[in-house]
Amino acid sequence: MSDVVEKTLTALPSLFDSQTGAAKISNRLKQLIKSITELTSKHDEESLIKQELSAMKEQVSAPSTSMKQMREIMVRSMYCEMLGYDASFSYIHAIKLAQQGGVMEKRVGYLAVSLFLSEGHELLLLLVNTVLKDLQSTNLIEACMALTVVAQVFPKDMIPAVLPLVEDKLSHPKEIIRRKAVLALYKFYLIAPNQVQHIHAKFRKALCDKDPGVMTSSLHIYLQLIQESPDAYKDLTGSFVTILKQVVGGKLPLDFNYHSVPAPWLQIQLLRILSLLGRDDQSTSELMYEVLDESLRRAEMNHNITYAILFECVKAVYTIHPKAELLEKAARCIGNFVLSPKINLKYLGLKALTYVVQHDAKLALQHQMTIIECLDHSDFTIKRETLELLFRITNAQNVSVIVEKMLDFLRSCSDEHTIIHLAGKVAELAEKFAPDNSWFIQTMNDVFSIGGDLLQQDISNNFLRLLAEGSESKEEDDQLRLYAVDSYLTLLNGDASHLPQRFIQVMSWVVGEYSHLQECVDQSEVIRLLMKLLEQKSVSSETRVWILSALTKISDGQTDLILELAESISSSQDTILRQQAHELRHLSLDSKLHEWVLPRGAAWDDMEVDSSLSFLDGFVSEALAAGAAPYKPPHQRQEELCEQRALNLEPYSFSLPVSLSSCSITDRHSPTLLSVSSGLSGNSTELSQKAGASTLILEGVKRVWGKDGYLPQKETAVTASPVDEPSAAVQPVGQQEAAERLEPQPEPSTQTNDKQQLASSLFVGLSTQSSTSLLGKSEAPPPRFRKKPRPHGSSLSSSSSSGTSEKSSSSRTSHNTTDSFLYGSLLEEEPAGFDHTPKSITANGLGQNKDVKEDRRTNTSQILGSDMVIVRPNTIQHNPSTSSDLTTLLPADLKDLPHSDVISLTSDPSLSVSSCRVFRDEALLLVIFISNSTETDIRDVAVQLNCDQLETVSLRGNIVDCLEGRSVSVCHYALLMDDPHTNVSFTGSVSYQIQPGHTNTLSFSGTLSTADFIRPLVVTTDEYGKLWLSLSHDVKQNLKLLTDAGDPLQTTLNALKDTLQLHIVDIIGSEGIVACRLLSGAPCLLHCRVNGSALAMWLRSPLPALPDCILYHCQRALAQH
Amino acid sequence: MQFMLLFSRQGKLRLQKWYVPLCDKEKKKITRELVQTVLARKPKMCSFLEWRDLKIVYKRYASLYFCCAIEDQDNELITLEIIHRYVELLDKYFGSVCELDIIFNFEKAYFILDEFLLGGEAQETSKKNVLKAIEQADLLQESQPEDWGGLANDEIL
Repeated sequence: MSDVVEKTLTALPSLFDSQTGAAKISNRLKQLIKSITELTSKHDEESLIKQELSAMKEQVSAPSTSMKQMREIMVRSMYCEMLGYDASFSYIHAIKLAQQGGVMEKRVGYLAVSLFLSEGHELLLLLVNTVLKDLQSTNLIEACMALTVVAQVFPKDMIPAVLPLVEDKLSHPKEIIRRKAVLALYKFYLIAPNQVQHIHAKFRKALCDKDPGVMTSSLHIYLQLIQESPDAYKDLTGSFVTILKQVVGGKLPLDFNYHSVPAPWLQIQLLRILSLLGRDDQSTSELMYEVLDESLRRAEMNHNITYAILFECVKAVYTIHPKAELLEKAARCIGNFVLSPKINLKYLGLKALTYVVQHDAKLALQHQMTIIECLDHSDFTIKRETLELLFRITNAQNVSVIVEKMLDFLRSCSDEHTIIHLAGKVAELAEKFAPDNSWFIQTMNDVFSIGGDLLQQDISNNFLRLLAEGSESKEEDDQLRLYAVDSYLTLLNGDASHLPQRFIQVMSWVVGEYSHLQECVDQSEVIRLLMKLLEQKSVSSETRVWILSALTKISDGQTDLILELAESISSSQDTILRQQAHELRHLSLDSKLHEWVLPRGAAWDDMEVDSSLSFLDGFVSEALAAGAAPYKPPHQRQEELCEQRALNLEPYSFSLPVSLSSCSITDRHSPTLLSVSSGLSGNSTELSQKAGASTLILEGVKRVWGKDGYLPQKETAVTASPVDEPSAAVQPVGQQEAAERLEPQPEPSTQTNDKQQLASSLFVGLSTQSSTSLLGKSEAPPPRFRKKPRPHGSSLSSSSSSGTSEKSSSSRTSHNTTDSFLYGSLLEEEPAGFDHTPKSITANGLGQNKDVKEDRRTNTSQILGSDMVIVRPNTIQHNPSTSSDLTTLLPADLKDLPHSDVISLTSDPSLSVSSCRVFRDEALLLVIFISNSTETDIRDVAVQLNCDQLETVSLRGNIVDCLEGRSVSVCHYALLMDDPHTNVSFTGSVSYQIQPGHTNTLSFSGTLSTADFIRPLVVTTDEYGKLWLSLSHDVKQNLKLLTDAGDPLQTTLNALKDTLQLHIVDIIGSEGIVACRLLSGAPCLLHCRVNGSALAMWLRSPLPALPDCILYHCQRALAQH
Repeated sequence: MQFMLLFSRQGKLRLQKWYVPLCDKEKKKITRELVQTVLARKPKMCSFLEWRDLKIVYKRYASLYFCCAIEDQDNELITLEIIHRYVELLDKYFGSVCELDIIFNFEKAYFILDEFLLGGEAQETSKKNVLKAIEQADLLQESQPEDWGGLANDEIL
């Protein structure tokens, strides 16, 4: 075939003479093309086309232009657009042509529309009527054209208008119409799945269509549907298997053969569907073993198309529930790919290996020589795929060779995406398998200097977190830190001007934090190095912030140098730097303060971030009392903003994910200043999943929870035999022997010693893996750096990831670690040395008041505000003067329900108002007692309760005609909370008359918390697991673990249960799962895991704000315990 | 499939079909980058290319490069055959197709493509059926006088 095509050049002269079909071109287009080719410069082309375009523009608007001419113009404007010139003036005319022209014009018009207008173009709306008309046309061609355009571009909002017509076409007598209709519906499904939900039954009809073309088209939809929910289509497995059998058996018309292979496209589509259906499902997989075997057997012919089918087949065999016999055959097939001289097949062989080594690492051993050849291949694509494969087989013994290869590749690579991708993998391997400290630091240095500022932020965050959190042994940690410090000091002593910003940031953090470990280096020398960095022009202002905070940490005792530095920066243009310089000066002048703010070598582990900022409660309540607006979380503000707009054109879902930068601003006022989780709850799922996939190593923990949620404990299925770790001491000789033993050596003479050596170092460790690990992924060997799994909201990652922009709160960026220390110490019980209240040292934007006492309250956003004394207010700001006798007045039907104490809300000489919360299953009852304190009757007592944020379901007894002396009236409100808020305040008033005609009003107010509105959610562990997966908004946080009595987890969970009405679903080992629901029905699932001395809590809920609220209350509950 | 591009050895775009909505600027950027990358590859290299988060499958036929972008889980080989089937269709339709046919009759090439691939998925893989559909539509076209100017071949290629 290709020989037919490749004669283009030679065939040209004859083509001109013979006037074949190709000769039918319009005159004007021919002239245009001809004159373009005659031009020599780009500039000439430009002016020619500009000229052409303006001529066309004139012509299209002239009334005398005929449809036929219009068509010709349209072709020319398509050509101009293809050359990259703007012919947007003709868009509207394309639609007109499709609307008004004859069939030929229509055809060109529709083509132009599909080329010019992409989804979402406003002009597409004008097309709807034309499409409607043509869909109803009796002319087959017109209907075809309409369906073709609909299947390519169609405005989403107008789908309902054409849907019935397209649906009708599914039973059209002509198969071409049915086929196009199916594809149009597929398109609709892709852009608006909800719109076609009701016609799923019709898809089944299309699947059973007698025409193979229509049936094939319907498979596109099924592939999509099954990808999304394989369980719903298991019943179709039999049908798919039958179809595939028939196709493979050659039952289709010969028309569908492609190079004597029956309908390969159809076969591949079916194989993909089957592999999705059979994944993790033994009984379904059993249905397809036979046909897969048949497919593997049939595909013998040596043509690309059979390899395409084979490849899909192999993938399917390895995806579905394994069957040894099939796996063996598939493995042989992979061999055919890998050993093929054709480079495309080799590539696919590598790709297949990459896929299957996860199941069976031994397969890589069989092909190690080929893999090594591919590693040095001149083709970039092959090399990269080989590295991908090596990445999958990396273990503790071959890590240094593989990483070296990857770094070599990276050094010669210029493609950004590849660098980002591979550098991440190197970092992952280094962290998992590093043989020793110096290797690890050196490798990370390479990653940072090669990857530079392209690297994903989480690589540096993870690295720093690893250094900071350390492992079990302090000595080892310090050694690692020391290595890092040494290595960085050496680097900084050299020429640092070429270093990427991200790397400098990492270095300055490490040096700032740990340079004190290196005793033989003078701190003033370190300061000098950092100051030298600051002077470099190439250093960005973000990096300067990092460097300055490092300087702040080590400035102790170097007052002169530091003061000089602070002086020079205090005139900087950059406000953040100026502020930092200010802080630096203060800290260096007050060494006591410095020591307290930045304690040297403080442990990270016990650090707990009080994300609810409960110590601010006092300040907040005072501000509220003074008339400040209550805090609204970012998502709520966003929603309100949307509501305020006169016309909301955006879909609501789009407004929710708060961007990182906006979040870092809003966070200043957020109650969870340090936890990004609150601001990011919209997209934190994604973040955490990414982290789960690439960084978090949860070894040693019984795997109850996977990335996707709760893993039912199927002991039988996951019998991957643990990897035998050969002794850590690497013995090259033994290795080589082992590798040679296993390696089938077809032609040993051709293989050089070098390659064998490489092979033995690359594939070491694989041989020990038992072949029975086919059933599941083999477990990773214990990584060297046992990073403690930490939920995402951990302080370092949050502060430095949000600290990327200069917009972020200055104090946060500047103290990306100090703040954590600060909080760590703040959270301890009463800090002793607090009395020497230092001067306010921050450039506080709010603190106009010089009075220290006042200052305490204004310092909301300033972390350095050391004068923030812990205020631990009680839940309700009002004096809880409990009058327990009032509870006896509760209506009989409420007495037995759980209820709170009675709290006095307000009183005046004649009336006193108290309240009590009664926790009913479906609502919160706020019971208000109005007691007459006088001896006389009070008349016309009316209670009015206002709370915008709550929904009042019912009320009873709020008006009393006459309240006798010394008596009490009870009224109650049933309240629901629709949108979660941590605290909701209510206000109300009681009006009454002591003397007729003279109304007195007594107003009251109070606070209700989310805790009042949640109830236990009773589910089984399985239900919990399913529910967990379906929830999108999650938040993670470390909480205090109560260790005072018995089993810490049990104690802590019970404490939470008592305060918050949660349901403890199950406790498995060190993990506990807890569920609750908001009264309106929204569930919130809590997953708690003991993590050292902390409780790692992970919350999920369909409501974005609910996890934050519940977390807040959990934190308070534990703090008060 | 995300998009298909046809370009000449000189890097001139001959056909472009986008199955994902992108803005013009992005399209131009992708085209420019891809054309450059593909043209830089040597003949013996493999037909696949990892590019951004996509997989590029390309094949050269005489002076024309056919280039498709697919997603990672798609089958590279079958995409290569899609290209080949398209070339076969063009060949059958034009009668031993050459780049000039596609330049001067690019709208026809689009018509054929639309009958073969719809919305990025193979619509009809039977060669006979695709051509039948095209011919039926063509029948309606009024016969045009065939005038082929004295266009020298070396001016174009």
